[in-house]
Amino acid sequence: MKLGKIATACSLLLGAAVGTSAHAQISGDVIRIGLITDMSGLYSDIDGAGGVEAIRMAIADAGGSVAGKKIEVVFADHQNKADVAAAKAREWFDTQGLDLLIGGTNSGTSLAMAKVAAEKKKPFIAVGAATSALTNDQCNPYTVHWAYDTVALAKGTGNAVVKAGGKSWYFLTADYAFGAQLQNDTSAVVKAAGGNVVGSVKHPLSATDFSSFLLQAQASKAQILGLANAGGDTINAIKAANEFGITKSMKLAGLLVFINDIHSLGLKTTQGMYLTDSWYWNRDAETRAWGRRFFEKMKRMPSSLQAGDYSVATQYLAAVKATGSDDPDKVLAQMRKTKINDIFAKDGFIRGDGRMVHDMYLMQVKTPDKSTEPWDYYNVVQTFKGEEAWTTKAESKCALWK
Amino acid sequence: MEILGIPLQAFLGQLMLGLVNGSFYAMLSLGLAVIFGLLGIVNFAHGALYMLGAYVAWLSLEKFGLNYWAALVLAPLVVGALGIVIERTLLKRLYKVDPIYGLLLTFGLALIAEGVLRDQFGVSGQQYPVPEALQGATDLGFMILPNYRAWVIVASLTVCFGTWFVIERTRLGSYLRAGTENPSLVQAFGVNVPAMVALTYAAGAGLAALAGVLAAPVIQITPLMGANLIIVVFAVVVIGGMGSILGAILTGLVLGVVEGLTKVFYPEASNIVVFVIMAIVLMLRPAGLFGKEK
Repeated sequence: MKLGKIATACSLLLGAAVGTSAHAQISGDVIRIGLITDMSGLYSDIDGAGGVEAIRMAIADAGGSVAGKKIEVVFADHQNKADVAAAKAREWFDTQGLDLLIGGTNSGTSLAMAKVAAEKKKPFIAVGAATSALTNDQCNPYTVHWAYDTVALAKGTGNAVVKAGGKSWYFLTADYAFGAQLQNDTSAVVKAAGGNVVGSVKHPLSATDFSSFLLQAQASKAQILGLANAGGDTINAIKAANEFGITKSMKLAGLLVFINDIHSLGLKTTQGMYLTDSWYWNRDAETRAWGRRFFEKMKRMPSSLQAGDYSVATQYLAAVKATGSDDPDKVLAQMRKTKINDIFAKDGFIRGDGRMVHDMYLMQVKTPDKSTEPWDYYNVVQTFKGEEAWTTKAESKCALWK
Repeated sequence: MEILGIPLQAFLGQLMLGLVNGSFYAMLSLGLAVIFGLLGIVNFAHGALYMLGAYVAWLSLEKFGLNYWAALVLAPLVVGALGIVIERTLLKRLYKVDPIYGLLLTFGLALIAEGVLRDQFGVSGQQYPVPEALQGATDLGFMILPNYRAWVIVASLTVCFGTWFVIERTRLGSYLRAGTENPSLVQAFGVNVPAMVALTYAAGAGLAALAGVLAAPVIQITPLMGANLIIVVFAVVVIGGMGSILGAILTGLVLGVVEGLTKVFYPEASNIVVFVIMAIVLMLRPAGLFGKEK
């Protein structure tokens, strides 16, 4: 009985909390953009509140209205749970008149939201999710994948490291779908480039201690330690690798590393590491200017995902303006036929499988004495032009793109 | 020479690493056992107090330039003081009701602490440098052991057995144990029982904070670091026997080692092995390995 009362109270409180984040009035007179991402968990620094702010910046840059209609942003926390993400997406489409759904971090949640959006025939643009499945075997006409994917990360870092002499690899892999896919994609690239994989060890998600795994990696005598994990796991693995002197005998290759991770670890620990990303704030004058605007608001430099959020909202609003409509099919068709040019991408375009094709960058972390200011962390050592970075048509299993 | 299919050298190395983790488990579960054994509170805020200890160390270095050794003293005092406030304002109202209320209250406190720090510092975490005197590593023949990790084992074992000694073998400890058995009688002897209870909670909180400072140079300081550990620590306490101090210390050490070895033989199971052991122990000895049946 008591428990029942507590449960009721809890659900009322939860309901109130969720209700305030999504504005309650229903109106067809608004262009409504929704972001569902990790707002509080381990991936909330790389997207989260910063992602919402980036979308707000895009709306402000569009003048706050398009085709005579007000633009509004709503956001929700999926808590890294696919069912929560799907339920929220369904609710917004059904009752809030949501026009565009942007998917934040976490592959599982984005795959779930992509299904809901396809069923509702509304545009879903994944920014923070890494899985290449979104545009491969699970592609659909309403899903666009914007910032990056596991294939691009693997091709970027994998090729470069093998070319630089790192022939033998050992993987430290997060034990869930994302880690396995990143390891598989990278292994394929490493082997194709003439390298070999001598072994791997799977670790549980959010492992508290990596020293055991790292000693195993060291015993393998491989030249390269490939980190097929993300966020806090990557950070703790790098930290322990330094502590145990593993970085003296092996070079680290971070397969999914964001600038926030580097900031948090510091250059002393991360110097010399290779990584692949879709965007870097300090790459040219235009990205710098936008990065500094973002910094004014958030007190940290934007990640590639936050720049991607800005880009998605900007391009979507431009397409609504061009067509004078928020009809999903018309807007998506307009987006597919327009070149994407903004702070995030140059001459980008959306392919038949939903992949937004743009350049990717291989970067190397600077040494502390080469960094001139906080957040000045990378040297761009190579640019992967357009199609070079992504799944090829021959490899694709996407039925739409045959 | 090989043990269970892995070279002796690697085996000894993993044993050592397991001991390091085990000493963290021992210190945290010790604090939990003290608080449960003497106050009857299931302190779900323990992970948050551990996390706060690490943040106090980091902030005192960043803002005031206080070094690691100062933090080792300061953090337990600050968090212990916070413990007194929590005990005097909130927990003391709950001693007469079902323990489930204490659990819910402390769980709520942990969520608040995590939320506030996440809002302030984000989740990517902060770096804390290894103190100069403990940098470097020692070649043990079978592995290279970072000096800091060796220090962690020594420091936490000293603290653990010191605490056990105070509670089980000193006059203060006997007052404590008597005060929780029969408060009114002990009060009649002129002992200030409420103050003693508050200090006990503070001591438990301080132990958690001390573990936090010890952990700070090894891991990334994030608001989630306590939440990641607390469930395992609870399992350790349950296996050892709720409230048994010696049980908490020994089980913590042993389970750290067992977990470390699992990482070699079957890494995927390393985060559940503790719970498998818990299930088996509870089937055979429902009160835990060192617990007394009531």
